[in-house]
Amino acid sequence: MNVLGVHLSEATLWSMAVGIVTNVACAVLGCHLVLRRLSLLGDAISHAVLPGIVVGYLLSGSLGVLTMLAGAWAAAILTSLLTDSLTRYGNVPEDASMGVVFTSLFALGVVLVSRYARNVHIDADCVLYGLIDTAALDVVAVARWYVPRVLLTLAPVLLATLVFLAVFWKELKLTSFDPALAAALGFRPRMVHYLFMGMVATVTVASFEAVGSILVIAMLIVPAATAQLLTDRLLRMVVAAACVGAISAIVGCWGAVRWNTSAAGMMAVVAGGQFAVAVCFAPRYGLLSKLWHTWQLGLRIVGEDVVARLFRAEELARSAPRTTALTAPARAGHLARLAGGPIAGRLALAQLWWRGDVAFRGDTGLTLTERGRRLAQMLVRGHRLWESYLGEHFALPLDHLHEPAERLEHYLGPRLQEQLAEELAEPGRDPHGREIPPSA
Amino acid sequence: MLRQPEHDRNADETAPAEATTARAAPPVVDVHDVTVAYHRRPVLWDVDLVLDEPRLVGIVGPNGAGKSTLIKAILGLVPLASGRVQIFGQEVAAVRRRIGYVPQRESVDWDFPVTVLDVVLMGTYGRLGWLRRPGRRERDTARECLAHVGMADYASRQIGQLSGGQQQRVFLARALAQQADIYFMDEPMAGVDAATERVVFDLLAELRRQHKAVLVVHHDLRTVPKYFDYVVLLNMGVVAAGPTADVFTTKNLQQTYGGRLSVLDDAAEALQKQQRSR
Repeated sequence: MNVLGVHLSEATLWSMAVGIVTNVACAVLGCHLVLRRLSLLGDAISHAVLPGIVVGYLLSGSLGVLTMLAGAWAAAILTSLLTDSLTRYGNVPEDASMGVVFTSLFALGVVLVSRYARNVHIDADCVLYGLIDTAALDVVAVARWYVPRVLLTLAPVLLATLVFLAVFWKELKLTSFDPALAAALGFRPRMVHYLFMGMVATVTVASFEAVGSILVIAMLIVPAATAQLLTDRLLRMVVAAACVGAISAIVGCWGAVRWNTSAAGMMAVVAGGQFAVAVCFAPRYGLLSKLWHTWQLGLRIVGEDVVARLFRAEELARSAPRTTALTAPARAGHLARLAGGPIAGRLALAQLWWRGDVAFRGDTGLTLTERGRRLAQMLVRGHRLWESYLGEHFALPLDHLHEPAERLEHYLGPRLQEQLAEELAEPGRDPHGREIPPSA
Repeated sequence: MLRQPEHDRNADETAPAEATTARAAPPVVDVHDVTVAYHRRPVLWDVDLVLDEPRLVGIVGPNGAGKSTLIKAILGLVPLASGRVQIFGQEVAAVRRRIGYVPQRESVDWDFPVTVLDVVLMGTYGRLGWLRRPGRRERDTARECLAHVGMADYASRQIGQLSGGQQQRVFLARALAQQADIYFMDEPMAGVDAATERVVFDLLAELRRQHKAVLVVHHDLRTVPKYFDYVVLLNMGVVAAGPTADVFTTKNLQQTYGGRLSVLDDAAEALQKQQRSR
């Protein structure tokens, strides 16, 4: 199969399938790990299984898969139990106890290997990257196909993971969100915790041989963290995490062939890339969206300053029509520059005009429309009410009232304005003696 | 009647008729000789409390007095170093479905990816038990409870988008969805807006009318006489417990708070109001 100029052999496609199954299983479980703030427990478990594997080997005297898996699983559960007990009874912070337990167990594994199993070939590459590149070399015949052996363990594990999540969906959600209520309702959060950790251990151990420790750790954390940026519903988060995992597998395998490198490493890189994209472009929590909102807010404030100035100019023109040169229509460019500088000012003006808050008369004149006048009236009302409030309650000198009111006028909603007016018994004039306009 | 049992033994002898009527129904809450310790440091010492009838009870005391711990100890959320707790005359585990709990607002992560309705639905989980999923009936209950606290319009919002007061109302709605006979609330009025405080007050009044028992950890001494029939003054142990009018006195408060003046000024104000209203 040829995709984007890269030839994908059947072996590569099988690697891809192994990757997808592993990544999805890790990603969906990872969601609850991340939500429970236990992201590093996956890291801890994938290190701490080493002594379990060695003990399993010593007991069975061979590299039999099942005994080693059982040993690894026991070690993983032990990690979780020890971490939890140290935190609970030893007065040790959770991250510290996790660090102590997994480094000690890993070191114990290293000692055991060098003492009793020196002649066994445990390849560093294999631990880090797993056997995913060569998954298609070790096959089992199923019906008409030759299926990689690891897929036959991983597929049931993925199925078990999905069933586990579906069956305990409500219990997991409740104990992750509010363990105290869960306990009060009789749901035994600690039991759910250990069930969950058992499932994490199973997935970790099963994926370990196929894809190596780097990818297991990456897939437990990165897709879930990415999904958390993209959505704020649990189900969508789990689905999004699964998608990120699957995309990592597909693009990662393609990239591994394209640049002739390790598939597991490439998958982890692709996952990291997706996370980076989410950090920048996520719809609500992304950097870009935050920048956009700040910018929008800035434009709104400049626009509101412009209409408020126009309103004051109209007021002035009404009260002293002959003594002032600054009468409406005012000069647009000048006003906008005063309020927000040349670029933001012009954009804000354009926005006001587009919404129908201001109208241009002739080539330089700018006047408020009826709609714009109402907006301005509310702003000026808020401004002067707040000045009155500050004057009454904080005994500030007159020339210190304007600045805080200028900032706050953009955030005073109609409800707060009414409460202020009520509190001040609807004052007619502000401390400077200017009329407070009625609510528009 | 809320009492500390030792002080009441004489009353039993002098008024046997009253004692037999009281014995007809088991006490709502019976806390016997409870001691709780965190890492060998005792936080609650020999607490004895009996609440005979469903009423509104305020639990009041200085910071670190063990108010939240008392609630958690009654609910079995922290291990007891000694003592025994019964609710409606039974072990707590046996009556969990009749108990509603409102934890402190800060105890959960409000960025958690769930909606307001999801959180209120959690109140129905206790009755559902393991593995059964909430269906339409539970969703209807949850919507009603949300409407009850004036939050119906927010059902599909993510919980992080709410203000502090709104979050508190969601927690109250969740407790209502538990449809319990006795409620434990941990600081439901801490840091909330005036509107929410009114909602909480109305809710408490309504629960009283429905003959539910409500035990509330409360921090604002000024409002104690306004809200509660009974009050427990707590500082590691029970300083005093009983009808608010008898127990909420300057002397008792001084003993509880160790004479911290600013607090006592608040209390004095409340006491004056209480006397004026009588």
